[in-house]
Amino acid sequence: MINKTVKNVGEALQGVEDSMTFMLGGFGLCGIPENAIGELVRLGIKDITCISNNAGVDDFGLGFLLQNHQIKKMISSYVGENDEFERQMLSGELDVELTPQGTLAEKCRAAQGGFPAFYTPAGFGTEVAEGKETREFDGKMYVLEPAYKANFAFVKAWKGDEAGNLIFKGTARNFNPCMCGAATITVAEVEELVPAGTLDPNQIHIPGIFVQRIFQGERYEKRIEQRTVRPKE
Amino acid sequence: MLDKNGIAKRIAREVKDGYYVNLGIGIPTLVANFVRDDIQVEFQSENGVLGMGPFPFEGEEDADVINAGKQTITTLAGASFFDSATSFNMIRGQHVDLTILGAMEVAENGDIANWKIPGKMVKGMGGAMDLVASAENIIVAMMHTNKAGKSKLLKRCALPLTGVGCVKKIVTNLAVMEVTPEGFKLLERAPGVTVDQIRSATEGALIAEGEIPEMKL
Repeated sequence: MINKTVKNVGEALQGVEDSMTFMLGGFGLCGIPENAIGELVRLGIKDITCISNNAGVDDFGLGFLLQNHQIKKMISSYVGENDEFERQMLSGELDVELTPQGTLAEKCRAAQGGFPAFYTPAGFGTEVAEGKETREFDGKMYVLEPAYKANFAFVKAWKGDEAGNLIFKGTARNFNPCMCGAATITVAEVEELVPAGTLDPNQIHIPGIFVQRIFQGERYEKRIEQRTVRPKE
Repeated sequence: MLDKNGIAKRIAREVKDGYYVNLGIGIPTLVANFVRDDIQVEFQSENGVLGMGPFPFEGEEDADVINAGKQTITTLAGASFFDSATSFNMIRGQHVDLTILGAMEVAENGDIANWKIPGKMVKGMGGAMDLVASAENIIVAMMHTNKAGKSKLLKRCALPLTGVGCVKKIVTNLAVMEVTPEGFKLLERAPGVTVDQIRSATEGALIAEGEIPEMKL
């Protein structure tokens, strides 16, 4: 067993510097690496590029980094629900690259799997395809999209073991598995870190080979963005 | 004339037995409420769930189980969770049978615009571009005109496009239309709405051949 555990979030983020590119898992506020984000805020590093489907809300998730003006560029598919984001984008403070959601996921997974680029039909004929190579296959048009390159990937899983094996829960899985192994260093934070041999190998979603560092997050708020319920009958 | 629930009710009739369906935010979400319960259908949400159920009972919300609108949901028997790349393989690979989404504008050639108003609303396309570029069967659910009373069914879209030549069918508060090489072909009228009313609310070419039946809801 190759032990991937680090003792805390501080050790997990060793080596992060100004101007780096980070991948961050999560959809909305669901499955975001809360502890890694908190540490990035504490470290105060600047001019970072974030690849993340969303940009958090004003007072949670990546919103903390935006409030601190630590982000230079956001690469996302949807950035509503965040006033500070909108303000920084419209004022030109923040560079924003909007990417179709499936393309964003695949650009991560391509990096994970060693593909330099791939063709997708998403965005053909729209401003997303401007300046990009296009090609016809079987009568349909596709856009060439390169894989992402990132220094760190910060992902969040439900359970993990010392070997870096990960299990996700519910829709908190989302972009997290696609980002594992897609950056130079993948840092996984988990709600519960268990000794190697505890998790059933049949149930592992992401094998530890894609993870360089793993730690148990100190606390998770797991804020709900839209609490929708129905009355009990 | 239909309200939003009426549009959803009419679209629900397009949902067939054995379909996997992706519902967009807004009117499309309402469609789930009107699907017949004697057919087998599964709803996909692109954030990574197939077999979506209704909202949870109060106190049973789980922050780890949401839909693409970031709302807390439940799952039904037979449901599954998966990552975002797998989710879009279902969409791009045309395993999802029907996509229902909203639009700001649709053009007579099937172009759709629903993600950006330059200088005003720049929230992003989310999964819409992947959905419209991939799905074989796309139904647009929207009001026929915008809040200013201007037609949303145009000769050419004025807003930045989400996809080109991809819309097949449109259900509005006034009509059901099919996109054909000649333009919007009128299939059905909403209850109490005349062909002339539909024509005057449609900027793009409208083809109305013969007797146009009223919608059955």
